[in-house]
Amino acid sequence: METLEEVIVEHPFFRGLRAEYVTLIARCAGNVRFAPSQYLFHEGEIADRFFLVRRGLVSLEIFVPGRGPVSIQTVSEQEVIGWSWMVRPYRWRYTARALEQTRAVAFDASCMRRKCDANHDLGYEMMLRFAGIISYRLQATRLQFMDIYSLNG
Amino acid sequence: MNDFHTDPMFPLLYSVRQRVRENDDTFTLELEPSAGEMLPAFQAGQFNMLYVYGVGEIPISVSGDPSKPYRLIHTTRAVGSVTRSMADLRENDRLGVRGPFGSHWPMESVTGSDLVLVGGGIGLAPLRPAIYHIMANREKFGRVVLLYGARTQEDMLYRRELEQWRSRFDLEVYVTVDRATGSWHGAVGVVTTMIPHAPFDPLDSVAFVCGPEVMMRFTVQALQRRGVTADRIYLSMERNMKCGAGFCGHCQFGPFFICRDGPVMRFDQIQDFFGKWEV
Repeated sequence: METLEEVIVEHPFFRGLRAEYVTLIARCAGNVRFAPSQYLFHEGEIADRFFLVRRGLVSLEIFVPGRGPVSIQTVSEQEVIGWSWMVRPYRWRYTARALEQTRAVAFDASCMRRKCDANHDLGYEMMLRFAGIISYRLQATRLQFMDIYSLNG
Repeated sequence: MNDFHTDPMFPLLYSVRQRVRENDDTFTLELEPSAGEMLPAFQAGQFNMLYVYGVGEIPISVSGDPSKPYRLIHTTRAVGSVTRSMADLRENDRLGVRGPFGSHWPMESVTGSDLVLVGGGIGLAPLRPAIYHIMANREKFGRVVLLYGARTQEDMLYRRELEQWRSRFDLEVYVTVDRATGSWHGAVGVVTTMIPHAPFDPLDSVAFVCGPEVMMRFTVQALQRRGVTADRIYLSMERNMKCGAGFCGHCQFGPFFICRDGPVMRFDQIQDFFGKWEV
């Protein structure tokens, strides 16, 4: 039977993380499941978790008056959702909804922040990993924004 | 009298057999020889020069099945005077065709490897002949993955075929859109975001990439981050081609002519000047 620590260390986001840190953060984690169309969180709510997606597909949405929820990006398996837990005021900027049966590991935000405050090396490690994700998503979003398939793209 | 089999500047007469509207600004023409003579068979990745009499001539990749060279299939967008005139052609209208020109996807040298085909927008058109070749010779290749990105689901090319390919057990197809519209419940994001987790072995894969050049630039970066080396990445390049046969120099790209040394080019041969504004 696979332990939570094994699941965490096998996920690309945490690959190479020191074993002692894996043990530390595993105490903040738990398995979660979402059925198709089930919400992970809503825009504006307290960002109390982040997720390692193990299986499935999650849509990040923004509600646009007159149009309803608009999907701006999807996050699939082997990816991570959520960095609002690291940035004050710790509120979700988007809504996340499962498009398929989705399994993830959820990390409690308060627990993670306490551990990072107590162990700055762990905190730095988390910052580095999330900075990489943010940089990658920013680049992808800029490419999306360029509308590269349009007539002048 | 010109020998049309050896004179690359001599167009043959072809007739429109079918015109298919792919989306708002993109259409496909199916052409057949109208005077008996037909062009030599093409290879996946090559292009023809299509001449609308009295208007002009443009290069367009062949997007049909290489094993069926009698009927030529070309997909293009109506963006300029020639393509807009072409979009108005109807069944039995005639145009001139020269070709085939240029290099092709290296189908023979990649047997045994996994293949990753990455297409963006109308870039799926030059990749389609490679897909036909792969399906007709499936046992020769390892895992085959197609990653396709379009602006919206309404802009996708060959939607019905994409669904057919997706239903096969020996071909993995992943599609994403930049913007979700209508009832789209699939992946949203640029096609490069599918590369990190796509199911292929980077150490034994060859990548074929076709799409807007900025998309190809970021796709190459993503492939290389994944571990695919530069000598195993092939791009279909595009420049302003006029003669199509290496005479005029309009399509010069560094030390190469796209019409003659391309359009399919191996990335390690062009990486030093690929993406440079002045080239």
